[in-house]
Amino acid sequence: MDPMSISTSSASWKSGDGVSDQFPAGLRVLVVDDDPTCLRILEKMLRNCLYEVTKCSRAEVALKLLRDNKDGFDVVISDVHMPDMDGFKLLEHIGLEMDLPVIMMSADDSKNVVMKGVTHGACDYLIKPVRMEALKNIWQHVVRKKKHEWKDKDYEQSGSVEDGERQQKPSEDVDYSSSANEGNWKSSKKRKDEEDEGDERDDTSTLKKPRVVWSVELHQQFVTAVNQLGIDKAVPKKILELMNVPGLTRENVASHLQKYRLYLKRLSGQHHNGLGNSFMGPTDPTFGPMSSLNGLELQALTSTGQLPPQSLATIQAAALGRVANNKSAVSVPLVDQRNIFSFESPKIRFVEGQQQHNNNKQVNLLHGIPTNMDSKQLAALHQSAQSFGNINMPIHSQSTQSNSVMGQMVQPQSRAQILNEINGSHALNIPSSVGQPVFSQAIPSAVLGRNGIDNVRVQTHASVSQPSALVDFSRSQRAEFPGNNTFSKGSGGFIPNYDVFSDLNQNRTDDWGLQSVGSAFDAPQHSNLQGRLDVAPSVLVQPGFSSDQRRGHVRTPSGNKVAFSAADGLGNNTNLGQQIKAEDMGFQNGLFPDQFGQDDLMSALLKPQQEGLVPVESDFGFDGYHLDNLPV
Amino acid sequence: MEVDQLQRSFLEYTNSLFREGFLDGQFGQLQLLQDESNPEFVFEVVSLFFEDSERILNDLTLALDQQNVDFKKIDAHVHQFKGSSSSIGAQRVRNACIAFRNFCEGQNVEACRRCLQQVKQEYLLVKTKLEALLRLEQQILAAGGVIPMLDS
Repeated sequence: MDPMSISTSSASWKSGDGVSDQFPAGLRVLVVDDDPTCLRILEKMLRNCLYEVTKCSRAEVALKLLRDNKDGFDVVISDVHMPDMDGFKLLEHIGLEMDLPVIMMSADDSKNVVMKGVTHGACDYLIKPVRMEALKNIWQHVVRKKKHEWKDKDYEQSGSVEDGERQQKPSEDVDYSSSANEGNWKSSKKRKDEEDEGDERDDTSTLKKPRVVWSVELHQQFVTAVNQLGIDKAVPKKILELMNVPGLTRENVASHLQKYRLYLKRLSGQHHNGLGNSFMGPTDPTFGPMSSLNGLELQALTSTGQLPPQSLATIQAAALGRVANNKSAVSVPLVDQRNIFSFESPKIRFVEGQQQHNNNKQVNLLHGIPTNMDSKQLAALHQSAQSFGNINMPIHSQSTQSNSVMGQMVQPQSRAQILNEINGSHALNIPSSVGQPVFSQAIPSAVLGRNGIDNVRVQTHASVSQPSALVDFSRSQRAEFPGNNTFSKGSGGFIPNYDVFSDLNQNRTDDWGLQSVGSAFDAPQHSNLQGRLDVAPSVLVQPGFSSDQRRGHVRTPSGNKVAFSAADGLGNNTNLGQQIKAEDMGFQNGLFPDQFGQDDLMSALLKPQQEGLVPVESDFGFDGYHLDNLPV
Repeated sequence: MEVDQLQRSFLEYTNSLFREGFLDGQFGQLQLLQDESNPEFVFEVVSLFFEDSERILNDLTLALDQQNVDFKKIDAHVHQFKGSSSSIGAQRVRNACIAFRNFCEGQNVEACRRCLQQVKQEYLLVKTKLEALLRLEQQILAAGGVIPMLDS
């Protein structure tokens, strides 16, 4: 990128010195390291690069500084190992709250730590001892981020807007440009945007608009608005009007909508890789607690842009779904999961239904987990879910291993509880009632699978930044899950919301072996379906699930997404299906393009029924479920 | 002593430290950072390093003396020491830390104690040498000269 082209915008760096041509000089860097020697050296090096340096030896102090001076810094450099707070945790916070580029550094160059940085959303990772040359170029991260934001905005405008509005483009970037430069900036931006638009598709979803954090409430409002309008008719402008949130722009909505759509798509397409979102690792649907990740977190993560494109989808789901039920929150993007159930579509349905019912304001991404489902239904689902293993349904070629797992998870728990809990607990912590503590922890493992996100953590604070991380359920990634449940932003991966299905499943009862399927859930196998994955299986099983309605295409999970869909699609009991339908939040309509042959699913599901669910080991590692092993 | 002589001694000494592996390229980076605005930069950083190191070494000694040795904590300390020593270019100390960490994983208290000894030794060595170097620098400056840049 040509620094000069952004020089005008750089002039707008808050530094306010108005010197645009000196960029990157004057870049405001906050460096955090508990080692005084390193700190001093870094400070000097950064000063030599003509940056404005603030040093800090404690993460808490750093956060405070950042919070008190929102826009007072351009980039943060932080050590990984610090006594008062883990560097990754700080990274998550920053991503969520301030959305600044963060560079991690450590003397530890082991692959998994570096990977952690990636999954948590760090924009770079430096190995100590840090040399001047490495620091000289950190400005690129700032520029890149801004550029993405611009593009995103622009993209949103052009791509997502149904109405094709474009005017607003620069409005949101005003922050970055001083009035004097605005003209230049806008024009250069436009040019850039146009050029890059093609490439934006992938990025936009991940890029978030500057500083708009989609809280659970906000997301809920958004989803409500979308549902009111009908997913097909939901255009940003109208959504914005319905939401009536001061300060929210059409671009924000457009971008969020885009993500939401991807999320829904992912749900349906993922096929329920077993867990729908979260943990369903491609191979072993671990129900991972992802569900806990409330949509909030995902949203937050998404908005922070931490999520990588793939994870974005996953995250979206999560974020979107804010898993009211916590359970399904996990939107593990098990990309690999081929086996994930195709339930996605059904799942989504559920979710929708649930949301409505659950009323949790949160968007229950949990698809498929109809809150309304009563235990009976759940049980039905459950059974079907069991057959999931077999069912895997034709829809997706996935090995549905995860699916079965997912289905299992359904726990009878009151979804509402879960949802409520989810609402409250950021991430997975979800619902105690649910039984599955979605736990951000659980998810992480599951989620991580795919995208390499280690920590899919379903953070408690919605920092699910990377959807891609989702799902790695199969492995007991849980271990990876960082201690803090918070999802690292980077990890993104799990889309907690996806749990919808899992919730459904959860409701199900313990029949579901899934529950134990610990898809990565750390949480006890409880019947609570960890929310995510459970759903799928149960849903599938249900006979009577009108897959057609669902539309949820159960595509084979393209990737990380753990498609809860498995559950959705499955005809959770006709009742459920109906419920879902009614609730159909509108997602379904457009969302699941690939409907899997529900009939097929049904039969598949019905067939094995019981056997399917192999009780998952308590630690959800879906391993127990390997679909292949399911005795259908 | 004449400035020239001092400067030559300084260079020779520095080069020998590099040759013997006591210092590595990172120390060179520090020297490059020293300039008119921060004429005592190297001295400042090295002093910080000494202070911090002593604290860490004390903590490590205490930790290894416990009934129940907390290896995680020890590993964290060693990791930090590794970071700070590598930042100033104290190569041998850093290498000793790496070896120490490996033994930490093994959770062998005796082996760890030996490692700690090794690390302490290396630290004391490099400390002596750096102090000597800094003294030379001071002498040069006091004699009105400038600190020569190293080539290594």
